[in-house]
Amino acid sequence: MSTIVKGLYYAESHEWVKVEGEFGFVGISDYAQHALGNVVYVDLPEVDDDVTQGEEFGAVESVKAASDLISPVSGTIVEVNEELNDKPQLINEDAFANWIMKVKLSDPSEVENLLDSDAYKAICE
Amino acid sequence: MEETIKTCLHAKHLALGAKMMPFGGFDMPIEYSSIIEEHNAVRHAAGIFDVSHMGEVLVTGIDSEKYVNHIFTNDISNAPIGKIYYGIMLYPEGGAVDDLLVYKVGAKAFFLVINASNIDKDFAWMVEQTKGFEVKVKNLSDNYGEVAVQGPTAVTAVEEELGLMVNDLAFYTFKEIKVAGETIIVSRTGYTGEDGFEIYGSHAYINKVWDALINSKKVLPCGLGCRDTLRFEVALPLYGHELDWNISPLEAGLGSFVKLDKEEFIGKEAMMLQETEGVKRKVVGIELTERAVARNGYEVEADGKVIGTVTTGYISISTGKSVCMALIDSAYSALGTPVSIRIRKKLFAATVVKKRFYEKNYKK
Repeated sequence: MSTIVKGLYYAESHEWVKVEGEFGFVGISDYAQHALGNVVYVDLPEVDDDVTQGEEFGAVESVKAASDLISPVSGTIVEVNEELNDKPQLINEDAFANWIMKVKLSDPSEVENLLDSDAYKAICE
Repeated sequence: MEETIKTCLHAKHLALGAKMMPFGGFDMPIEYSSIIEEHNAVRHAAGIFDVSHMGEVLVTGIDSEKYVNHIFTNDISNAPIGKIYYGIMLYPEGGAVDDLLVYKVGAKAFFLVINASNIDKDFAWMVEQTKGFEVKVKNLSDNYGEVAVQGPTAVTAVEEELGLMVNDLAFYTFKEIKVAGETIIVSRTGYTGEDGFEIYGSHAYINKVWDALINSKKVLPCGLGCRDTLRFEVALPLYGHELDWNISPLEAGLGSFVKLDKEEFIGKEAMMLQETEGVKRKVVGIELTERAVARNGYEVEADGKVIGTVTTGYISISTGKSVCMALIDSAYSALGTPVSIRIRKKLFAATVVKKRFYEKNYKK
């Protein structure tokens, strides 16, 4: 039922990362947005903050609950998707197009700890 | 893990693709389309909820009126048949066993509607209190299905699609109607702040009601998700949140349903004392100035100390404001008092406001 995009790396906690050179774009999966329901607020991290693979970097609030965002990669945040401040529902509309933060990766090999699309698909079933 | 109970409409929810979750021991629909869409349908058109998980208890016998008045904070003395009362069952210490509706169905008969998660506890409590009263208390929860049809166009849907003449019902009254070989109960009540009806009948009849209303497209199927956002906006309490075994109705702001001039009821002394001394804690409304959401259990702070906890919080779907109800130290309960709420380790500025975040639209 939910979409899974090939070529991205996924965490078991349902975040994805798309690697472009030394940067990684991080968002949540379509499966996650569907499980959450209407997203009403995204607690965005701050630019220049460091994130660590497996650690919390913000939160997504649906109507009924808050869910921590867990970073799938380590590095320094270079950009956050400010558009989500006014339009958190973009996450529901397209969870893959609407990334949450862009990270300068400190260790690109970390993606090997993540799942590929096929392995991620298996845990969503 | 305990197995969850299925209501008589369970298969309908699955067929509609509802997102299901355990609630009060039942496997219940949380949302079908989306909480926001369902919420707005009830505010502006009509929605139908499966509330078959609610418990029903019938009290009969010569002493039934005296008995109900003994276990219930509201006053049902000389009530006319057809009238409904909201009130609370209290422990002697003043905490709530549950909040409930009492329907006067006969000269010596009362139909009590209680919360799903409290059915066993309530029934045991009720049976325990029958000592010395000539009454029979029967748990009919498994016999009844119940739906709530809520929203400004609920009345047309119920009349046109179900053929039940209900527009003459005043708010908080009910009638028994004979349909297809059984007697059903229809009341002008609800838990959304909108006009609407609650219908109690056999599992078979409630399934017919569900199908007729869903197929008519005049009402949207609505889950417990929006039931909570709707009741929250109009400050209706939810047991376990704004009212609990250790939260009294006076603390919850439900004093008008506690009749201290009544001869006696369980918990009266505790309520008299709280009334005289003033309550130390109060359920208040709080509005956040920043766009974060205060959730159940988050701490409320002022003057550098914790003054209470959030009981329910949302970004109000009807107003867009981030608001919550919280049980806090009465010293900070005046409207306009600045407080803050700790959300994920950070403190967010907020103000005490009226807890009715949205005006009710009841009929009559």
